[in-house]
Amino acid sequence: MRYLPHTEAERARMLATIGVGASDDLFAAVPPAARLARPLDLPPHAPEFAVEAHLRALAGSNHAAGDGPFFVGAGAYRHHVPATVDHLVQRSEWLTAYTPYQPEVSQGTLQMLFEFQTQVAHLTGMEVANASMYDGSTATAEAVLMARRLTRKSRVILSGGLHPHYRDVVRTYLDNSPALICQGASPAGQGDILERIDDDTAAIVIQTPDFYGHLRDLKRAADAIHARGGLLIAVVTEVVSLGLLEAPGALGADIVVCEGQSLGNPLSFGGPYVGLMATRKDFIRQMPGRLCGETVDADGQRGYVLTLSTREQHIRREKATSNICTNSGLCALAFSIHLALLGEAGLRRLARLNHARAVALATALRAVPGVELLNRTFFNEMTIRLSRPAAAVVETLARNGILAGVPVSRLVPGDRAVDDLVILAATELTTDADIAALAAGLAEALK
Amino acid sequence: MSMNTQGRPTGPGTAAPATASGAALLPDEKLLFEIGDTGHSGVDLPEVEIGGDFLGGFERTAPLALAGLTEPEAMRHYVRLSRLNYSIDGGMYPLGSCTMKHNPRLNEKMARLPGFADIHPLQPVSTVAGALALMDELAHWLMTLTGTAAVCLTPKAGAHGEMAGMMAIRAAHLASGANGRNVVLVPESAHGTNPATAAFLGYAVRTIPARADGTVDVAAVKAALGSDVAAIMLTNPNTCGLFEPEVIEIAAAVHAAGAYFYCDGANFNAIMGVVRPGDLGIDAMHINLHKTFSTPHGGGGPGAGPVVLSAALAPYAPVPFVRAGELVEHAEGGHLGRIAAFHGQMGMYVRALTYMLSHGGDGLAQAARDAVLNANYVKARLGGTFSLPYGDGPCMHEALFDDSFLAGTGVTTLDFAKAMIDEGFHPMTMYFPLVVHGAMLVEPTESESLQTLDQFCDAMLGLAAAARAGDAARFTGAPTRAPRRRLDETRAARQPRLAWEAPAA
Repeated sequence: MRYLPHTEAERARMLATIGVGASDDLFAAVPPAARLARPLDLPPHAPEFAVEAHLRALAGSNHAAGDGPFFVGAGAYRHHVPATVDHLVQRSEWLTAYTPYQPEVSQGTLQMLFEFQTQVAHLTGMEVANASMYDGSTATAEAVLMARRLTRKSRVILSGGLHPHYRDVVRTYLDNSPALICQGASPAGQGDILERIDDDTAAIVIQTPDFYGHLRDLKRAADAIHARGGLLIAVVTEVVSLGLLEAPGALGADIVVCEGQSLGNPLSFGGPYVGLMATRKDFIRQMPGRLCGETVDADGQRGYVLTLSTREQHIRREKATSNICTNSGLCALAFSIHLALLGEAGLRRLARLNHARAVALATALRAVPGVELLNRTFFNEMTIRLSRPAAAVVETLARNGILAGVPVSRLVPGDRAVDDLVILAATELTTDADIAALAAGLAEALK
Repeated sequence: MSMNTQGRPTGPGTAAPATASGAALLPDEKLLFEIGDTGHSGVDLPEVEIGGDFLGGFERTAPLALAGLTEPEAMRHYVRLSRLNYSIDGGMYPLGSCTMKHNPRLNEKMARLPGFADIHPLQPVSTVAGALALMDELAHWLMTLTGTAAVCLTPKAGAHGEMAGMMAIRAAHLASGANGRNVVLVPESAHGTNPATAAFLGYAVRTIPARADGTVDVAAVKAALGSDVAAIMLTNPNTCGLFEPEVIEIAAAVHAAGAYFYCDGANFNAIMGVVRPGDLGIDAMHINLHKTFSTPHGGGGPGAGPVVLSAALAPYAPVPFVRAGELVEHAEGGHLGRIAAFHGQMGMYVRALTYMLSHGGDGLAQAARDAVLNANYVKARLGGTFSLPYGDGPCMHEALFDDSFLAGTGVTTLDFAKAMIDEGFHPMTMYFPLVVHGAMLVEPTESESLQTLDQFCDAMLGLAAAARAGDAARFTGAPTRAPRRRLDETRAARQPRLAWEAPAA
């Protein structure tokens, strides 16, 4: 077994040093009734090439995004990740390091986290950010809990434009609390959610660009909620948009949470991803998750440590702000390297390119008979109404090698009003040929 | 003294260090924001004109102030920073409770196959048959290893798995009409995440004291049980590195009282293939794929914390899950809603299954036995010098020492740990579990060779001898050979600087 260093002779020597006769003697404390009397009913160990063949066969029966025209988004986006990023994150010292609780031998990870926090703060227009959360959805739920602690109010309003998965996660975290007010997810017939804010409202949660791709007015929401003493939680599932759209912090957001997958991280069927959370300086003591801070060592040299850990479970146990421990360190590193490679100039160009590709997509879609574009605004994602039920059309196109987007009915089941809607995303990887193939495929399917 | 072009002192008059230190290979590295600027970029992208009128007046006006680096600058920055880190590839992590084992590179290669890395969670289910088959296969391994009826793969880390398992317990109680159960029993030796999770879900925490031998007394559990108790959260093997000898009796007592048994599976590495937790009567247990199943720790994540469930709790598993080859995405019946968007940590599923297939059922059992062997070897070699709070009987996968052997030396557990850094080792887990004063918890894992274990033990014994010989300065000033000396954590907390700020012009 290639991962186990001992020979039988070495095991025997070690047992002799310990002073027992056999390996079984080390398990003497395990009551006989607790022991498994037979070997596990699992296959035996296998050589590397056999394991690789098995996994390649599984991978080969999936349709990879790069195999053909691809327009799937709705919370996870296919972007190009520079080769440098994946090379660097596979370096031993990043990949196989532990959580930096021993700062003297973890300055690499700690300085990176300090840089990451700074990048996230600048991107969102906030003062401080933490060292990452599991993903955007759990970060949203944690932000809701944080807002309730900060305001000591209970009601929370979720906009209908919030990603339905995110809404479900908040509901689960809050145990379906009646204090959670969820606007309907269907784009039809949504009233003005701001009218539902009252004096007991801790926060309103607004996603922009929203689930359907529309750009939402954060400033108006911030003014409305601040007037009643609550907080605005802004959610961004496509961080590339922040290279072109106004920073939520500049519009009055109190807590900003993002899914950071778009930078540095592959789609990977939904995880691991990286949640970003940023807020105002005044709020940090109610913020969940690890924080990295600057300090000096015994010689006065600048260095970094994990700090304010009296918020965290390993110190405060049942009085912690959250139970979170492990976060998304390596995904945060990939995000940080990709953003450093882009820099301000590169991120702005990338965001403009994404928007330009989406405009090309929208233009082509509008020319297809039976397709209606619902968006008056978008960044790189939009919703269309088809003249037929959308799920079957998407399935038909998939059989022809075109992944045409997400039928809304997959996330909002049981609502007839969304049955004919599809959400499509374009990125810098979307070519004119991809768009032409999609338009032709849709025209054929809708005949 | 003159300076060379690298800014280092050179020429005659330079004070020569007593020994070569390697510091020349570890230059200080400035911050990204001090090296790069907003004009530099390492990515070639065209500047495009924006047509249409779809931005609705929401264009950015706030500055981004994001520093950029060209590719060679980025490579050097992140390579230099990486060298300031300890890592499992570079040395042993004797961290108790953390299971820092070897991270095979085949895992990384497999996770990067486009059929796994480049598939979207919301692309048509008909196009991801291989992904669902992989999840099914991983679930089969986890259920077989633990002897349980169901598994929820989605939790993103151990604490998230605890949350999912405890939510299922809460839902099961609610479904049976047991509304008054608002207390969770937690032994005082538990990981901090256990009481934090219970409190996160609104439970009051009732602490169970440890016996003098470091284990949990079934009588103490019985005394704490009542109609207000929803569950016990117990780690087995426990955080003292001991198998709970009365675990079966504890499970029976918990069930007799109408409560559920949550097991913290952080220490599952000790018993894979030897004990199946399901046979002990546990109802839910999370498994840290980043501990037991070798997915990399990544400097603090990402992890993955699938939670196995008994038949009684299976109907309350959160969505999504794969059932009979079908992906179930929407809660039905008693099932809980989502605890995270999408399908969990697919990248970690691939790595963990690759590791399982490589080891096989036989290899996993041998890995557990070697992990226990290594811990007992360390305990045997150090036990005569380091104090053993719970006697010299066999331990499981980790050996617990306390600091009484340092009494009168002027050296604290923390000092000792920092001195280990100067010997080339990462410190062991300190001051945990809380039931032992000045705890030092050592978990070598099965990955360490006999030669490495001997080097480690020799270094530890050498330090103990130095402490007892009165060389306290070697400890209180340590580390002196790391990239930084001890850092001022009080200052970091009192005057938090959590982001870089441009120096005032």
